[in-house]
Amino acid sequence: MSRQLGDHHRRFLQTMMTIGITSEKEAKTLYQHCCETHKTQCAPDRLEEFIEAINSRLQPMFMQIRKGMSEEDGQQHYALVNTAETDITRMTSDYADNELELFRKIMDLIVSSENGKASSTDILNSADMMTSKKLKKGETQQLLLRLVQDKWLCESQGEYNLSTRCIIEMEPYIRAMYQDQVKVCHICHNMAFQCQICENPSCGIKIHNPCVARYFKGRMEPHCPACDDFWPHEIPEVRELHSLSKR
Amino acid sequence: MTQRKRPSNTLRLSQSKEEDEDVTFTQPSSSQVQRGLEKLTPAQVDQKTAEVVQYILVKDQKKIPVRRAELVKNIVKDYRTVYPEIIKRAKRIFEQVFGLKLVEIDPKNHILNKNVLSVHRCPSNPKTGLLFVILSVIFMKGGIVRENQIWNTLKKLRVDPGQRHEEFGDVRKVVTEEFVRQRYLEYTRIPHTEPIEYEFRWGHRADMEVSKAQILEFMGQLHEQDPRSWSQQYREAHTGSSSASSGSLSTSTF
Repeated sequence: MSRQLGDHHRRFLQTMMTIGITSEKEAKTLYQHCCETHKTQCAPDRLEEFIEAINSRLQPMFMQIRKGMSEEDGQQHYALVNTAETDITRMTSDYADNELELFRKIMDLIVSSENGKASSTDILNSADMMTSKKLKKGETQQLLLRLVQDKWLCESQGEYNLSTRCIIEMEPYIRAMYQDQVKVCHICHNMAFQCQICENPSCGIKIHNPCVARYFKGRMEPHCPACDDFWPHEIPEVRELHSLSKR
Repeated sequence: MTQRKRPSNTLRLSQSKEEDEDVTFTQPSSSQVQRGLEKLTPAQVDQKTAEVVQYILVKDQKKIPVRRAELVKNIVKDYRTVYPEIIKRAKRIFEQVFGLKLVEIDPKNHILNKNVLSVHRCPSNPKTGLLFVILSVIFMKGGIVRENQIWNTLKKLRVDPGQRHEEFGDVRKVVTEEFVRQRYLEYTRIPHTEPIEYEFRWGHRADMEVSKAQILEFMGQLHEQDPRSWSQQYREAHTGSSSASSGSLSTSTF
């Protein structure tokens, strides 16, 4: 099912290679720009098809432009990912073995946390318990800086969470590695790290913050969609009107 | 994918060191390639080609040229008898899928990638501006420039190699190491100088990615002169010798 690509596809792909990840809105703009630059017809609602054509040619190289939702703003994003192995091999050429070990520990902290974040204190403590060559405090801080710069982690007020790009790219690895441990959103069925949890101990379903915003929008009294108990958490505002599309 | 090595192994500054450490790889003959292909399934060759493409893409991300010997040793391995066929297919994939051109800049062992889409990529890097200034100086001065001339020019633009720059950091390192490693510049020692002095030239990647005609246009605008007034540079920029002007196929030394 391989399709012939045009320069507009190639320009889009080259840009994706440079930026790594983009919002759906920006992807649409980029798509139009690529078509215009190469004087090709552009149907604005055919972005998916356009990306599919590129993906059909990327597939033999174990690469893909994959879609995923940001836990921060609920917007769909497109990321260029490596589909080769279920390990975090994408990073092995940029990080040393002990740095990767610490990254895995950070992921452990994030997966097992309630708020999907790991504090720098906890991360520094983890660095103390490494089996490979230990990282000193300064080295750990440098590593965290690089991880944020390379768009694997996001930092806010001393706490680190997985970036959208990281979640999209490492989903197979995370699912395989953590299995039942990883939270899943009751509404969109994707992995959930920053989410709200039903307080009913025999229910305990999780919903992404943006999914909560959409699901409970306009309702006077929010109730858990699974057990009907009162949903006690603060309902966030919907960021932007956007249809929930399955991946 | 290869594990990351310690920095001292991956940074190769002087070209002569690279040559010493190379395992010589002699190209198989076309009959050898044919025989080799008969022993492999199309799927196997495709798979190996895909691995080569991935490997080159990873290296290209850092603008590091791929050494043929390394490629053969790490990726191609047992498929070395059909190496020319694999490279041929990889080139096709780069062109058709990515709009990139795989070029051998050095007949012995270097390969690197060049953009063939007619309009160039949006430069996202301020270092591009810095590089551009340096390339312009070298070009206007006939192709070779002593290093202090570059530093003087940069100082006039408030970029001092002796001080840490807000945007570029260690300027000297960026210019003499990073740009050289990426093959944008060549930084060679001038023989018989005491204390040691170096000179700059355009690197292979600059030859391919930067159009001299464009530089001349830019200089023309800067000095409010017609580019033709620099007759020698104008001639050089507009003869067919510059390989950056169009997407013409390079003559490969297979």
